[in-house]
Amino acid sequence: MNTPEAKTQDPKNPSKNCGCQATEEDMIRSLDAVIDGFAKTDGALIPILQTAQNLLGYLPASVLKHISVRLKLPYSEVTGVVSFYSFFSTVPRGKHVIRVCLGTACYVRGGKEVLEAFKKNLKINVGETTADRMFSLEVGRCFGACGLAPVAMVNDDVHQRVKSAKIRDLISQYQHEGEDVKEAR
Amino acid sequence: MPKIFMNNKEITVDTNATILDAARSTGIHIPTLCYYEGKAPIGACRVCLVELEGARTLVAACSTPVAEGMKVHTNNKRVREARRTVVELLLSEHEGSCQYCTRSNDCELKAIASHLGIEDIHYKGEKPEKRIDESTPALVRDSGKCIKCRRCVTVCREVQGVGALFPQKRGYKTMIGPAFAMDLDSVACVQCGQCAAICPVGAIQEKNDIDKVWAALEDKTKHVVVQTAPAIRAALGECFGYPPGTLVTGKMVTALRRLGFHAVFDTNFAADLTIMEEGTELLMRLKKALVEKAPVALPMFTSCSPGWIKFAEYYYPEFLPNLSTCKSPQQMFGAVAKTFYASKKGLKAEDMIVVSVMPCTAKKFEAQRPEMNSSGVQDVDYVLTTRELGFMIQSAGIDFKSLEDGEMDSPLGLSTGAADIFANTGGVMVAALRTVYEIVTGKEFPAEDLRLAPVEGLKGIKEASLKITGTAPEWNFLENVEVRIAVAHGLENAGKLLESLKEGKVLYHFVEIMTCPGGCIGGGGQPRHTDDSVRLARSKAIYQEDAGKKLRKSHKNPQVQALYDEFLKAPLGEKSHHLLHTRYRERSKI
Repeated sequence: MNTPEAKTQDPKNPSKNCGCQATEEDMIRSLDAVIDGFAKTDGALIPILQTAQNLLGYLPASVLKHISVRLKLPYSEVTGVVSFYSFFSTVPRGKHVIRVCLGTACYVRGGKEVLEAFKKNLKINVGETTADRMFSLEVGRCFGACGLAPVAMVNDDVHQRVKSAKIRDLISQYQHEGEDVKEAR
Repeated sequence: MPKIFMNNKEITVDTNATILDAARSTGIHIPTLCYYEGKAPIGACRVCLVELEGARTLVAACSTPVAEGMKVHTNNKRVREARRTVVELLLSEHEGSCQYCTRSNDCELKAIASHLGIEDIHYKGEKPEKRIDESTPALVRDSGKCIKCRRCVTVCREVQGVGALFPQKRGYKTMIGPAFAMDLDSVACVQCGQCAAICPVGAIQEKNDIDKVWAALEDKTKHVVVQTAPAIRAALGECFGYPPGTLVTGKMVTALRRLGFHAVFDTNFAADLTIMEEGTELLMRLKKALVEKAPVALPMFTSCSPGWIKFAEYYYPEFLPNLSTCKSPQQMFGAVAKTFYASKKGLKAEDMIVVSVMPCTAKKFEAQRPEMNSSGVQDVDYVLTTRELGFMIQSAGIDFKSLEDGEMDSPLGLSTGAADIFANTGGVMVAALRTVYEIVTGKEFPAEDLRLAPVEGLKGIKEASLKITGTAPEWNFLENVEVRIAVAHGLENAGKLLESLKEGKVLYHFVEIMTCPGGCIGGGGQPRHTDDSVRLARSKAIYQEDAGKKLRKSHKNPQVQALYDEFLKAPLGEKSHHLLHTRYRERSKI
């Protein structure tokens, strides 16, 4: 779960609100190949979850159940690990995922104001996605770049010394170059 | 073997011991809330902190192995203050309702706080979210009381091989529970209640059916009968200060009568009945396999333990045909009470209430299974755990220790020693062999004192074999057959045994599986706290009860014989089929 406020989707009916069943099936096929590769490795759960999230953008309950069955791990343990790490998300996310660091260094150097500016500009709260599915907003706890605080990540790009006043520009950069950024990933 | 200094006293300890083990071996009590006997240390509660000379910080005694020359202090100012801080922090988050929590008399957190002399909590703050999960018939979970010690996680995963519970989320928001902190009824929980038996606080408990039973006892339009499982008599005394392994059969009967039950009966009667049905079923399956050479599911598994049944339905549906179709003794009793006994008393099934006292929480689930309505209404109405009965006796103002011994009522109160040993792991197996061997050969089961040492005791998976010779003509096909049997208790062990069977590594004819470690004497509804020493004490008492019976073989029970003569006619007959047998269904694991 990306943030405490994030809503998990209906675990009994994972496909109800995403309409991406076909993608999921393809994804599960690719995921199985990855799981096979980890057949004899202990501690394979996290890399497999990361792969699954990279393939689909998030971790729907159906995929988590599949991983639980394939790895012979209790479902409770799989979801326990997923909900422990903020980088895992169980809800679909926007094309661009914005993570504002609220680790100690970023916090004291204005991370909170940066977060507020993102909320205001995107008109969403932490854990939510804009209506046009362009942006999701999340909070991170230290990206290991404390010297550059406050830090925000957009997808895999690290933005250093972010100022609240510049957030609008930062957002529009991704909004307009959206397609390119996606391909670059 | 290393020598260490424990509070300045030199002691010799086991090489593999932890500081906690070493302290216990020398009579020093170190408090702990998460320690679980026989399993890798959890190290979650931090209450067992001790000072280790040379170490930078205090260390957790449960997870620090001993080393030669180590100097440990278990009781000095630094240790006491640290433990006090840890417990205060736990208390600051604990939404305990301590004045009226049902665990207030045996709450481990409360006891430790009191031993540490905590009089105030210096840490004020928010309490975590309080969510009560009452979704199952057996268990109630209260997240507000949970201290995240993870004993339940350990027992569910490592002892029972289920893994329904795991910490969800993180930090302050952590919740111990099923996936996504959903309710228990949405996951593959077998409702064995081992989590409730080891919870140090009131966060997991059995669903309380006491008020329903009081109401039934006061309902003048109902005839209310009670049955007590074999394992109750060896454990109920613990609720009243008797040491584990004290037999209180007679006092229990008197107490039940004083509570107002119209008839006090015995699940043991139905256990004898189970042996008649299950033993015959085993012989029929063997005949089908050996004589008719027809496909038949072997080994046959016992079906007395409802947690095991649910486990098979979830995790090993391919073995469902191997489960004996016999209902458990609890359900056989309910069906016979509301038909045979009811008609003897001139009552209709709906005029009767059947209450069970069980060492088990899964029995609460079993009683509500939709199949368990052979009498036309629910066969067993309410199920109480041993702990709930103890509570009822106390709250009725009955001085248990001063009660005179009573006798069970007739006809459903008479039983043999074979029924007593149902309470112990390996007991159903031996009870079945005592009868089956005698049916087949006409001779008594050839074991000293009618017991079979290889299937007794706390080893997780036990095996034995028995060569049958001197068969009666009818059972000629069994002559010189080596009957191979196995016994497993604790579902993790059951799972291992089933995997070996699947891989073809082992071959058995008959397998006994009990959900809880030690069998029913270690059930999830038994008085707290159950460890191996308590299991062994209760188990010994059960064998003592068996040895003290004049009749020790189920087929010799005259009331069971009368039930067949007057009502059922024959084992596996049409009436038996309807009343005493059931079916199982595959359930989705996730």
